[in-house]
Amino acid sequence: MLEINNLHVKLEAEDKPILKGLSLTVGAGSVHAIMGPNGSGKSTLSYVLAGRDGYAVTDGSAMLDGADLLEMEPEDRASAGLFLAFQYPVEIPGVGNMTFLRTAVNAQRKARGQDEMSAGEFLKVVREKARALKIDAEMLKRPVNVGFSGGEKKRNEILQMAMLEPKMCILDETDSGLDVDAMKLVSDGVNALRDAGRAFLVITHYQRLLDHIRPDVVHIMADGRIVKTGGPDLALEVERNGYADILAEAV
Amino acid sequence: MTALETELRADVRDGVDRETIDTVQAMSGSYKHGWETEIEMDYAPKGLSEDIVRLISGKNNEPEWLLDWRLAAYRRWLKMTEPRWAMVHYPDIDYQDQYYYAKPRSMAVKPKSLDEVDPKLLATYEKLGIPLKEQMLLAGVEGAAEPRKVAVDAVFDSVSLGTTFKAELAKAGVIFCSISEAVREHPDLVQKYLGSVVPPTDNFFATLNSAVFSDGSFVYIPPGVRCPMELSTYFRINAENTGQFERTLIVADRASYVSYLEGCTAPKRDTHQLHAAVVEIVILDDAEVKYSTVQNWYPGDEEGRGGIYNFVTKRADCRGDRAKVMWTQVETGSAITWKYPSCILRGDDSQGEFYSIAIANNAQQADTGTKMVHLGKRTKSRIVSKGISAGRAQNTYRGLVSMHPKATDSRNYTQCDSLLIGDRCGAHTVPYIEVRNASSRVEHEATTSKVDDDQLFYCRSRGMDEEAAVALVVNGFVKDVLQTLPMEFAMEAQSLVAISLEGSVG
Repeated sequence: MLEINNLHVKLEAEDKPILKGLSLTVGAGSVHAIMGPNGSGKSTLSYVLAGRDGYAVTDGSAMLDGADLLEMEPEDRASAGLFLAFQYPVEIPGVGNMTFLRTAVNAQRKARGQDEMSAGEFLKVVREKARALKIDAEMLKRPVNVGFSGGEKKRNEILQMAMLEPKMCILDETDSGLDVDAMKLVSDGVNALRDAGRAFLVITHYQRLLDHIRPDVVHIMADGRIVKTGGPDLALEVERNGYADILAEAV
Repeated sequence: MTALETELRADVRDGVDRETIDTVQAMSGSYKHGWETEIEMDYAPKGLSEDIVRLISGKNNEPEWLLDWRLAAYRRWLKMTEPRWAMVHYPDIDYQDQYYYAKPRSMAVKPKSLDEVDPKLLATYEKLGIPLKEQMLLAGVEGAAEPRKVAVDAVFDSVSLGTTFKAELAKAGVIFCSISEAVREHPDLVQKYLGSVVPPTDNFFATLNSAVFSDGSFVYIPPGVRCPMELSTYFRINAENTGQFERTLIVADRASYVSYLEGCTAPKRDTHQLHAAVVEIVILDDAEVKYSTVQNWYPGDEEGRGGIYNFVTKRADCRGDRAKVMWTQVETGSAITWKYPSCILRGDDSQGEFYSIAIANNAQQADTGTKMVHLGKRTKSRIVSKGISAGRAQNTYRGLVSMHPKATDSRNYTQCDSLLIGDRCGAHTVPYIEVRNASSRVEHEATTSKVDDDQLFYCRSRGMDEEAAVALVVNGFVKDVLQTLPMEFAMEAQSLVAISLEGSVG
């Protein structure tokens, strides 16, 4: 599904290397977690994959089902099935959440040569998916993320994911700012989307999210590279001992 | 007395995608109404003189009093100087180097009905999507809940081609016709109200209009009548080197109601063209008028070549108690916009509202806003202005809120938001506030924001292309104002907002 090979990325503005030869392969149907200390490049990885400006790829490649992601515009990556749940979802004043969702869904359908979803059909689907995430009608009407609590914003990201039905989902610290109940809601939302044709890359600082979303593979990232890869136990090890031992071992 | 004059200037913003700005510049081809109708025209000789004023008056078969009125205005105009206080810059206009009257030759003998009008002229309006057949709605409206009728007055250069639904309106007692026809058919009404809101001495451009206005619309709604349909006028400038000077007069008698729409387009030309219109609205006791404009004159190219100079005086006089007026404008066109639709709140408990979206892109310059003059007791006004600047454009909100000593217990609320796109445009806010009594209240809120890269990236990461993303964000910004427009216009305006900023960003 997702193949990242020897990826080197620097910040355009500061000429500062962030990713230094990162390689990673995520197969269909699997859940991979990336953990790592602050500043290891986790969020940069998610932004580069989604196509945000401000980063220069100096070497390496990133392919989604054989298509070169790095050559594509952000919207084309989305239509190709890539989805990034933002760590800090963006507010868009005056634009209703529902309008935003429908515009996004139909833009992707159009890009894929499918018919637009009718208003009635869309409404039915969105209500059903929103209910599972405890998102009420009022929240669907409010402007996108404006005045949303931290938990509401993250649930809203998962709703978008559920509506867009991507193949490759990247969750960038989706657990940050969530209380226990909200974490459960969000995790349930993610777990409901797990299937054989879909893959997840879960970026997190903490083991506790991984109690809810059980990963198949855990990677430890440091200084722009994957330094260790293991099973779910690796996350528990980090939780117990911190990153110091792993990093020392990697050097 | 408290007087306040402030100016907020914010003309740079960081982190704009270079590519997007280039796209904005490349979009000068996106003006959709820039084509020309090839048709034989009769012109008055070039330039302005007493003879030209007499000729225009003669062409309209006007009575003596109106000719005298025009001539007095002309003589006064000669002694006036062009106002230059607005934040717009343009070379001196040579008033002798243009035509003041242009009429399609086929209109020499006034057709009895629209059926007899030259098919080329009718085709022009069809192409613009304006219905001149009485069963149609304004074009582009899909899924309208129920078909609605809209009566249209079509003004082409200096003349009105005709007005639809006249008979049906007449049944309700509503008069809707061209102003030249009203002068002939309803002279008492015209003489009573013409110039009573915007006197011929008002300002340089209004005085020029008073001397040379050729056509425009006239509306009279009798007491107690709710106008059975929306009324609209579509102005089309077609002839080259010709100014358009239309004059609109709307009178809403006691306890009546009317909603009026105005649309404007012009062909693409390399030279600038002058448009100096006057709109007067008289509103008597308990009457209400909604006036909506979608101004889409040709804005000129990205270098500032061509485009309409739009110097317009619009004013509503709430002459009666509890009279109410609502101006809504969507200003996307013109090289230069100089326009301040105003409300004179004379009657006690009268209300004025002004909702504005002004978009300036490329080399466009807009200096627009409103005046709320509170004279009566317990009068209320509300101003919501949304200015959007892109390219090298300069966009100024200029507004006056004035509370006179007798306007006790009056209130104003002003909200003034600016959105900047790119790093070479400017947004300016110039509010003038005068309060001469102790019981009135004035509130002013202003914000300057930007379509930021994070918003656009967020939208794009969900699958919207850049244009769709900008349109979505900008439409969110102007939503409050779009909601005040009649449905047909709201849809037209929404797509116009997208077109005006095509490819641009944030």
